[in-house]
Amino acid sequence: MDKQRRKFLKIAGVSALAGIGAPAIIKLTSSNAVASSGGQEAAAGHAAPAAAGHGVAAVEAPQGVRLGMVIDMRKMAEQPGQLDSAIAACINAHNIPEFPDSKNEIKWLWKAPFQNVFLDHSSYHSSTRVANTPFPALCNHCDDPPCVRACPTKATFKLAKNGVVAMDFHRCIGCRFCMAACPYGARSFNWQDPRPYIKKYNADFPSRMKGVVEKCNFCGERLALGQEPACVEACKATGAITFGDLNDPQSEVRQVLDNEFTIQRKTNLGTKPSVFYIV
Amino acid sequence: MYNKGTIIPGLALFVLFVTFPIWFNGLTTAGDLPKPELPPGGEKQCVMPADYMRANHMQLLNEWRDNVLRDGNREILEIDGKKYRKGLQMACMACHTKKEKFCDSCHTYAAVTPYCWDCHLTPNEAASKEAIH
Repeated sequence: MDKQRRKFLKIAGVSALAGIGAPAIIKLTSSNAVASSGGQEAAAGHAAPAAAGHGVAAVEAPQGVRLGMVIDMRKMAEQPGQLDSAIAACINAHNIPEFPDSKNEIKWLWKAPFQNVFLDHSSYHSSTRVANTPFPALCNHCDDPPCVRACPTKATFKLAKNGVVAMDFHRCIGCRFCMAACPYGARSFNWQDPRPYIKKYNADFPSRMKGVVEKCNFCGERLALGQEPACVEACKATGAITFGDLNDPQSEVRQVLDNEFTIQRKTNLGTKPSVFYIV
Repeated sequence: MYNKGTIIPGLALFVLFVTFPIWFNGLTTAGDLPKPELPPGGEKQCVMPADYMRANHMQLLNEWRDNVLRDGNREILEIDGKKYRKGLQMACMACHTKKEKFCDSCHTYAAVTPYCWDCHLTPNEAASKEAIH
């Protein structure tokens, strides 16, 4: 009996030691391997951003059709009234209400001074033309649109077909997350029934209702009929706005982009806007 | 029978009350089937047969909505030589120009209130502020 108890305690003690010690030993021996592979990963990890860092200057252009426009402010300044007529054409085409209170304003295409449109560009000692010409602003139809990421109902989305950031008003629940997400202020909310404030109806386009967000749709309904967007058409006389596929090397808009120095709004945010300006 | 005087008139009243929906519909116009007005222009052909449209127009409209908005597929449908642009205002209302006498007749009867017209313009509404193109 005595002997057996002694034997039992010995075995129990050794087993306990082995049980406690084994994981520690496994950990110690394998930690070398982990550390070495981790080192490689870290090295690779460092290399990747560095490579991407070199590529920043030439951001890879998205593939497929990507509609965009170039706004030539030199031509825009030639005929100061044409921006107003472009805005009027947009309002007529899309049944946009004109609320008397600017707090409720619905903006698809609107005008703003240079320093408001290009916050990250200095307007210090800017030329008199730039200082005196109102700039058109609209939805930039970003390649990486923050509004689409913010939308909880997928009411706004990017059309794979042509890169247009479109909206399905039927699905909009009016949460206004997209408005908070959009860095360009290109989205407006209907705080009240817009119908009484629509001056003329276009029978081919719906109006919106109270509680819905809206924005420029690059005239998707006109493009389907082979027409250019309403604002492009309104500026046709001077050709101040060029519209087309940014990815097609033969397109008119690419010819302009290839030949002129253009700027985009808030490029540092990485949204890759499709609207370019020649200042 | 005890209390004959109260039981028989009571039973008669009860039967009258229980059969109320039957005789009320028979005597009044509440039960008449709606007669939606056919297109004033005299069009006989729709995008789908009338039976299908009667039962499934709402599914078709949802399908068109998703085609047009979500897939960007606004192709013009050609059915028996007539062209239709997908859309409530552009296709349906082109023939059925009186929403009040076509859509509403059944919707009121069936007590459904589709919210199409919160945003979409009826031909009447659109004509009230005519756009100049």
